[in-house]
This record gives sequence, structure tokens and C-alpha cells, in this order.
Amino acid sequence: MDPPPFERFYEQHRQEILGFLAKRLGRERAEDAFQETFLRALRAYPTLQHGQHLRAWVFTIAARIVIDLHRRRPPAASELPDELASTDGRPAYAQLEHLAAGLPPTERAAVVLRYGYDLDYAEIGAALGSNATAARQAASSGVRRLRKELP
Amino acid sequence: MKISAALDRRFRKAAAAEGLLDVAYELHDSPLGTLLVAATDRGLCRIAYDADPEQELESLARAFGLRVLRSGLPVDDARRQLDEYFEGRRETFDVTLDVHLLAAFNQRVLDELARVPFGEVVTYGELAARAARPRAARAVGMVMNRNPLPIVLPCHRVIGASGKLVGYAGGLERKEALLRLEGALL
Repeated sequence: MDPPPFERFYEQHRQEILGFLAKRLGRERAEDAFQETFLRALRAYPTLQHGQHLRAWVFTIAARIVIDLHRRRPPAASELPDELASTDGRPAYAQLEHLAAGLPPTERAAVVLRYGYDLDYAEIGAALGSNATAARQAASSGVRRLRKELP
Repeated sequence: MKISAALDRRFRKAAAAEGLLDVAYELHDSPLGTLLVAATDRGLCRIAYDADPEQELESLARAFGLRVLRSGLPVDDARRQLDEYFEGRRETFDVTLDVHLLAAFNQRVLDELARVPFGEVVTYGELAARAARPRAARAVGMVMNRNPLPIVLPCHRVIGASGKLVGYAGGLERKEALLRLEGALL
């Protein structure tokens, strides 16, 4: 199944993406993040291989933007020791996305959204088109699978 | 949370301004009903009567790419010219067209069609002759039937040898209305 024309994709997901961003960032910052989310989705849209998991996909983009915005806010000097501030180059979620790349799509999305982006299970359930219980199950079976596969 | 009209508009505008769209389109009210007007970055690529949005968006996506979005900016100029035409203030359209996906024969016929002036008519056979295929009146009829840019590419100015209007993809009433607007019918 090919992805739908972008207009359909946008109409389907814009409300809940804005809701998600507003909850995380507050109404005002959510509007900028909303535009950035769908512009990033537009840039990546031609590279999609199929039309599945689009909801989880766009939530992942929105979650990444939330994290970028949090990171961009300069941390107070007292919060970080000097040596940490300079070596903390690779954030945990990037590492995790890489590790989880081999998981089935639903488990992968659940693991990345839970442990990489710190979404709660209700939000992940919404992103995956299921519910909190299913999201928790997907995340834990993803983690079990990762433990088995990791050396 | 309900998305505000301003935020929605801002995103659609930014998407076009950043050159991220394969096709931008807008729905345009006209005396002949709502027209779907679409453009790629090469030019105007479709005008559709009575567009079933679902079907039309799929068809645009298949032809030009998946990034189809309603966004006024790229089609504003064409819409303004359509308004002027319907108000009787414009006889020729000054827009770049994207017909590069059409077969060579269709392009040649539409090229000739574009030269038929406001207020005049030709027959299918004459247009075929002008496109150097004098016996291809029927094929020319098919090209008119599939004209992706009616009104701007004036297939309403092509009529049967008997003087009958014959056919129009948007319906004969519209063909008649357009010819009347141009003073080609009394």
C-alpha cells in the first residue's frame, strides 16, 4: 500500500499532533513545533516505502522535535559539570533508534517512543492506533527481543 | 486540540514557499462551479470540474508525486486570471503550463489548440490538420476529452463539422456557456 497523497496524511494527523505538542510544550511553542513536524514529514515523505505505521512515524518526528527544543534551551551552568557538557554528544534516543532498527515496526516504535522519547503508554498507544495496554506489551516484548539479540 | 485556521494556513504557505510540494492545489469558485486548480513547480498542471477530491488527489499523486497539498500561493495567479476571464476582462491566459507528461501527439494537438483565439471555433478535423494529422479528427476528439487544462487550453472552441457542439468533458452546458461568454454563440 502506497502512502496517501500528503493532504490526506496531514488532515488525518494534524489534530492529534498539535494536541500532543501542546501537552509537551504549551500552546505557543506547540505552533512552531507543529509546522516543523509537518515540514520534516514533507521532506521525508518521498522516501517512505509504504503507507503503514504513518501515525507512529509522524509521532516519532514530533517527539524528536520536542527533544530538540528542550535541548536547545540552554541548560543552567550549575546543572552540568564541564566535562559532561562537552562529551555529551550523542543523545540516548539516537543510540536507541539505531539499536532498535531490527525490531518489528510496532515494537520498534513502542521501544523508541517509550525509552528514547519518554512518552507515556497512553500517548504511545495513541500514536500506534491502539491503547496503553497494547503499547506496554509491544514495548516490553521489544525490550525482551533486544536483550536476546544484544551481545 | 482544534487547529486554528491561521496555523493551518501558515503551514500550507510554508510548505509551498520552501519548495517541498510536488503539486499545490486550491478549490476555486467559478460561474461554472467549483474548479480544482493545480500546479507543479513547472507550471499549471490541472483544472478539474466537479472534482471528487479523493480521486483527483490520487490521480495527481500518481502523475506528479505524493506531496500533494492544498496551498493557494502557487495557483493564486492562475485563479486571478480565471476570475478575469469569467468577468469578461481577459481573453488570453498568461500562465506557464506543465504538460510534459503527456504523449507527444497530445502535446502537439494541445499546442495547436492554444493558438485558437478567443471567440473563434475550429472543427476537430481542422485542428487535426493543423497538428499535421488531417485524418486524425477522432484522435483529436480523444485529446480534447482528456485535456488536463480545460478553459486555459480552450477545448470548448472545438466543434463538430456540422456545427454541433458534439461533446465536452465538463458537460455540454459548460461548453455552451463558455462559447456564449466569448461571443462565439448567439
